[in-house]
Amino acid sequence: MKKSYQSLEDNLTNNMKQVIHRKLGRNILRLSLIILLAFSTSLQAQDGDPVAGKALFNTNCASCHHLDKKMTGPSLRHVEARLADDEGLDRQWLNQWIRNSAGMVKSGDAYAVKVYEEFNGAAMSAFPQFSDADIDNILAYTAEEKAAPPAGVAGAGAVAANPQSDGASNKLILAGLALLFALLAGALVLVNKTLRRFAEEKGLELNQKPKNTPIWKAFIQNQFLVLTTVIFLLLAGGYFVYGFFMQVGVNQGYEPVQPIHFSHKIHAGDNGIDCKYCHSSARVSKTSGIPSLNVCMNCHKSIYEYNGETSAEYSKAFYDGEIKKLYDAVGWDDAEQKYTGEEKPVKWVRIHNLPDFAYFNHSQHVTVAGLECQTCHGPVEEMEIMSQHSPLTMGWCINCHRDTEVKVKDNPYYTKIHEQLSKKYGVEKLTAAQMGGLECGKCHY
Amino acid sequence: MSSNKKYWKSVEELNENSSIVETLKQNEFVNEIPTDEFLGDKDTLEGSSTTRRDFLKYVGFSTAAASLAACEGPVIKSIPYVVQPETIIPGVANYYATTIADGFDFASVLVKTREGRPIKIQNNSLAVTDGGANARVNASVLGLYDSLRVKAPMKGESEISWSTFTTETSQKLNQLAGTGKQIVLLTQTYASPSTSKLISEFKEKYSNVNHVVYDAVSESAALDAFQAKYNTRGLASYDFSLATTIVSVAADFLGDWQGGGFDASYAQGRIPVNGKMSRHIQFESIMSLAGANADKRVAVTPSQQKLVLAKLHSLIVGSAFSKSLPAHVEKAAQSAASQLTKAGSTGVLVSGINDVNAQTVVLEINEALKSKAFNTKTPIKTRQGNDKAVKTLVADMKAGKVGAIIMSGVNPLYTLPNATDFAEGLKQTELSVTFSMKADETASATQYIAAAPHNLESWGDVELRKGHYGLIQPTIRPLFNTKQFQEALLMWNGNDVTYNDYIKTLWKNDILNGASFNSALHDGVFVSNAESVAVDTATTTEETLETPASNAASALAASVSGKGMELTLYTKIGMGDGQQANNPWLQEFPDPITRTSWDNYLTVSATDAKELGLVNHHVATGGLDGSYADITVNGKTVKVPVIIQPGQATGSVGLAFGYGRTAGLKDEMKTGVNGYPLYTDFNNVQSVSIAKAAGTHEFACVQLQNTLMGREDIIKETTLEIFNTKDKKHWNAVPMVSLNHKETPVTSPEVDLWDSFDRSIGHHFNLSIDLNACTGCGACVIACHAENNVPVVGKEEIRRSRDMHWLRIDRYYSSEDTFKEDITKKTEFSGLWGDKGSLSGFGELEAAADNPQVVFQPVMCQHCNHAPCETVCPVAATSHGRQGQNQMAYNRCVGTRYCANNCPYKVRRFNWFLYSENDEFDYHMNDDLGRMVINPDVTVRSRGVMEKCSMCIQMTQKTILDAKRDGRVIKDGEFQTACSSACSSGAMSFGDINDKESKVAKLLEDDRMYHLLEYVGTKPNVQYHTKVRNTSEA
Repeated sequence: MKKSYQSLEDNLTNNMKQVIHRKLGRNILRLSLIILLAFSTSLQAQDGDPVAGKALFNTNCASCHHLDKKMTGPSLRHVEARLADDEGLDRQWLNQWIRNSAGMVKSGDAYAVKVYEEFNGAAMSAFPQFSDADIDNILAYTAEEKAAPPAGVAGAGAVAANPQSDGASNKLILAGLALLFALLAGALVLVNKTLRRFAEEKGLELNQKPKNTPIWKAFIQNQFLVLTTVIFLLLAGGYFVYGFFMQVGVNQGYEPVQPIHFSHKIHAGDNGIDCKYCHSSARVSKTSGIPSLNVCMNCHKSIYEYNGETSAEYSKAFYDGEIKKLYDAVGWDDAEQKYTGEEKPVKWVRIHNLPDFAYFNHSQHVTVAGLECQTCHGPVEEMEIMSQHSPLTMGWCINCHRDTEVKVKDNPYYTKIHEQLSKKYGVEKLTAAQMGGLECGKCHY
Repeated sequence: MSSNKKYWKSVEELNENSSIVETLKQNEFVNEIPTDEFLGDKDTLEGSSTTRRDFLKYVGFSTAAASLAACEGPVIKSIPYVVQPETIIPGVANYYATTIADGFDFASVLVKTREGRPIKIQNNSLAVTDGGANARVNASVLGLYDSLRVKAPMKGESEISWSTFTTETSQKLNQLAGTGKQIVLLTQTYASPSTSKLISEFKEKYSNVNHVVYDAVSESAALDAFQAKYNTRGLASYDFSLATTIVSVAADFLGDWQGGGFDASYAQGRIPVNGKMSRHIQFESIMSLAGANADKRVAVTPSQQKLVLAKLHSLIVGSAFSKSLPAHVEKAAQSAASQLTKAGSTGVLVSGINDVNAQTVVLEINEALKSKAFNTKTPIKTRQGNDKAVKTLVADMKAGKVGAIIMSGVNPLYTLPNATDFAEGLKQTELSVTFSMKADETASATQYIAAAPHNLESWGDVELRKGHYGLIQPTIRPLFNTKQFQEALLMWNGNDVTYNDYIKTLWKNDILNGASFNSALHDGVFVSNAESVAVDTATTTEETLETPASNAASALAASVSGKGMELTLYTKIGMGDGQQANNPWLQEFPDPITRTSWDNYLTVSATDAKELGLVNHHVATGGLDGSYADITVNGKTVKVPVIIQPGQATGSVGLAFGYGRTAGLKDEMKTGVNGYPLYTDFNNVQSVSIAKAAGTHEFACVQLQNTLMGREDIIKETTLEIFNTKDKKHWNAVPMVSLNHKETPVTSPEVDLWDSFDRSIGHHFNLSIDLNACTGCGACVIACHAENNVPVVGKEEIRRSRDMHWLRIDRYYSSEDTFKEDITKKTEFSGLWGDKGSLSGFGELEAAADNPQVVFQPVMCQHCNHAPCETVCPVAATSHGRQGQNQMAYNRCVGTRYCANNCPYKVRRFNWFLYSENDEFDYHMNDDLGRMVINPDVTVRSRGVMEKCSMCIQMTQKTILDAKRDGRVIKDGEFQTACSSACSSGAMSFGDINDKESKVAKLLEDDRMYHLLEYVGTKPNVQYHTKVRNTSEA
């Protein structure tokens, strides 16, 4: 048994928070269910209403069941028919099971026990609040035939082919235009030549320009002009050379290809997941941390396919393939719903690289200063491919430290120093620079 | 103009028909140059279509391409955990309490781990049992990442699996169980309840087991004396904070005497509180740490030590004493005895004489004094070796009586004085196994090397003192395929439980008394009132014990016969018994006394050196050179380099153990000479004959200026009497300067050239160093290495004064008998020539006295508020922070070294080379394993960059950030530096002086406070506290 002085407390609070979240979630579920029940007045016949059933299914069952795929619980398409055919169980049995599965397992119902054991003793939550009609509706939904898959994949392929042909035609047009211009230019030269010949034959005197000194000679003779030009060229050259060298090692816009195409747009943008849910160590540590794969699996245990917007480049099949890569890396057998133990750690390409001699601490900025992640990392929630938004140069750090006010409110650490410093500088709000945030040793040690 | 001179190329040309001349006409070289050998395959070479020009084109193109490609940043991969352990957050350190117990050093410690890697060892503030971690314990974390560790069990030269090892050894043991031959377990002192239980179970299973405990550096005499008197095998424990008078006869109790760990309690009594501090009198032959700290030190030869002890006994207890002593020793002994008697129960006597009678005398005197500092109720358990048993074992082995020998934690082929006998005996055993981390001298001579884990990868428990327990827990998963000795015992015993569970059960049943195991593990220590549970498994029958004579004192006096030179064998605080010889931090650690690293040497007194023609001299490069001497003990001759040691008793010499290792370590670490072959009969005093040998030895000594030359601005000191009776200005005056022809204190703002910054806001750090409490042990030096990634530069570079220690401990000798007399002598100089002329006078002041006063002064960057280094930096790489730290931006430094030249304290260090990932400096930073110890929060400096103490800004910033995050005010004591937290003697305190309630703010106002070279006006943020010596004779 190892114990650590530092992290124990953090862990405890983290765990507690998780528990609270879970409880909250469950309560909200229950509440919505009650409201839903209160409004569902239409009593359907045995057949049930698949539309109402779908709504009920999505709110209550979808976290563990899927129509066509084994998840925490069995797949449910045609469940009623299947039970009737294979096991000879009727809807009565199903009603009983849904309302109190644990009771049935306890009472020793043969099939109940079988299912219970098949799913590793994971008991299904009881739904005593379901009326017969509700269950009918859900079963009606499960009895629907599977809709034919939209021709998305083929379509995507066709669409994907399009830009290529576009590019080809563009080039063709350009080449055509270029040819045309060349012909025109040739024609002009020919016309000119012909006209001259005519003029010569007719003995016309073409005005001859007086022989001027060539411009470059004139330029060289004007020493002042030469001097200014040289100075100008030197300055311009210096400017560009400086600019070039200052960009060495600055990787703004660095957008490497990652081993798994992880879309921040889908996670942080479309689904609105908080950055710190995955990058949790940003709150307490100097590194924000690349999330370990078990964090991914918190959600991806049940999210095995992508159902959001797709584009030509990123199709559903593509995203589903990336989720498969995750399963492969973490060693998750999606069919059997269990870990195989074969782990293949993912070698991500690091995007934000500070040199070793610069110390940066995420928790100082995230927790203490309360900065948004986007302040430095840019609109991550819109990035399909993560890229380095800021230059991460020292000048960039310093500028921010000069402007940013320190969040001193409600932090007893700052009380005394804030009072003294605001008196000294005669300001109410202190910048990080006034707190000493520009000192070399604060970041270089 | 043509010339018809003929140039003769060789004698052969005289010979008209010489074939050589003919050949040489055609060829430049007589023999064909074997180009094919280094160009590789001749056929391919000739068959290749690439011409020389093409080749050059390719080279040119690829160089250009490579340099273009270099403009692109490298692709850096990051690999996160697949499943992240809950306790590990990348970037946040975890701390685990454990115990270091390697058989020589025992300490309760806290291990700092980052991302699962132990990177630093600190003191465990919950452990009150022992003193803190010493330099070696601090450095032991590097041993974990030793590239020469044995990575799997070995049989001879080949790696085998543990299952093969188990089957083969068990089979052999079972075979031997029936025969009359012994199965011997030769182990270090484990002092472990669980291990002793395991061994007794092993004994039950195999009837003919003999367990021998072996300490390389023996404390057997003290153990035997204690056992004879109190019937337990242990060592009396001492709490020096309770003593007002401490008399030590050759006991280096601030070093490794009886396991060490006494410096904390000693230092506590040395800080003058209410005008009182302890008085310490030391009789010794070599200059030890304890002797260097003593108020009065009397240099006596080892045989005189015995007489002094007998004399003290006669004066205090009242036995007869008839031998004669030199007058000054006699007088000193009488005075010591009278002071001890006067102190009564607050007096204490200790002795390091390895003689059972001497140790009995010590026990008797302390009993007679009823000394409070002397404790026999909770004896120290960390030494259990038995000399006689070891001697018997070697004899038995030679006689072929030993069938199997299983060793753990010992290296007898290196440490035994009769190692050749042991080697011979080893050949006659049918099974020999060594549990070892390295293929060391012994392990490589046994049939099986059982790869053992490092202390930081192991489970275990230790009974440090009776009833005071420590737990060992792993701080990292084993790096290699290793097994502990205890795990192997479990396996041989046929027990399936893990060692971890075994300890848990034992502790729950016998030690914890219902307390929680987890909280004991969390604390690392546990004090139990239960009776001692450790079974004494070592064979300690009557005949294996040395028994003291009925009248120990007279027997002691009678035993003195020695004539001629006497050699004292001792251990250095840096290297100890030598088991960590492959640790570059410890090799480079300068010995506190001689300030020499990478070596051991013969310490000789100036008088003897002159007689023998032995010299030390400085060479132009700034190195120290010394003569060699051949020393002969019992017919064995060893050639050793010589250092002339002030304070060494005339007629005696000293040599340190721990050096001269030959196996299981890198070539760079094979330094010094082995002292163990001279350790006949485990007696640390041997009569010796010395002769000068040819050659000069090059030392790596970091301090050539040994005396203070009366410079009282560097170290201020006074006597307790003056300190108590006179005003501060008499003994700690602020230097005066002339301002408008008026004497003005240098600290007043008017004399300053510069404007001061306002430092009253926020934190303002100060480090306080109490010269009274500092024993010079050097734990801080190693802690600084570990925390700040200080590189190791090697012997050659140290010799060129390119040492990189951010923190050094200067040691000064007085030139006269006391420092005070030095100052008087200096002030009385008048003119250049003559008796009191400064020309000859300063020359005399450079030489240390025969028995000088010694003082230690830790010096690191003083973090001057008006820093001379900052103003001369052309690129503003070093600048001052508001919090008082002088900051060094490595990436800005261009290496002009102006700052180092302008620093009055000489604390800046320059990276002459790239010390990491460089084959020229093949130390821990040159391999992947060794680099795991690097602190990720501190930059590893590159070549051409200046570096220095940062006042551990990474630690202070961390403390501040934690407080900000928690939203709280920082409490006193939270701010620490690596050195201040490593200092167990309390000499170093660190804190915020703007917090007026803090300890360090109060220390700033203390009368003893002064700044180093205050008259320079640098206004340092490091305080020193005047050393007070207790010179009262009665």
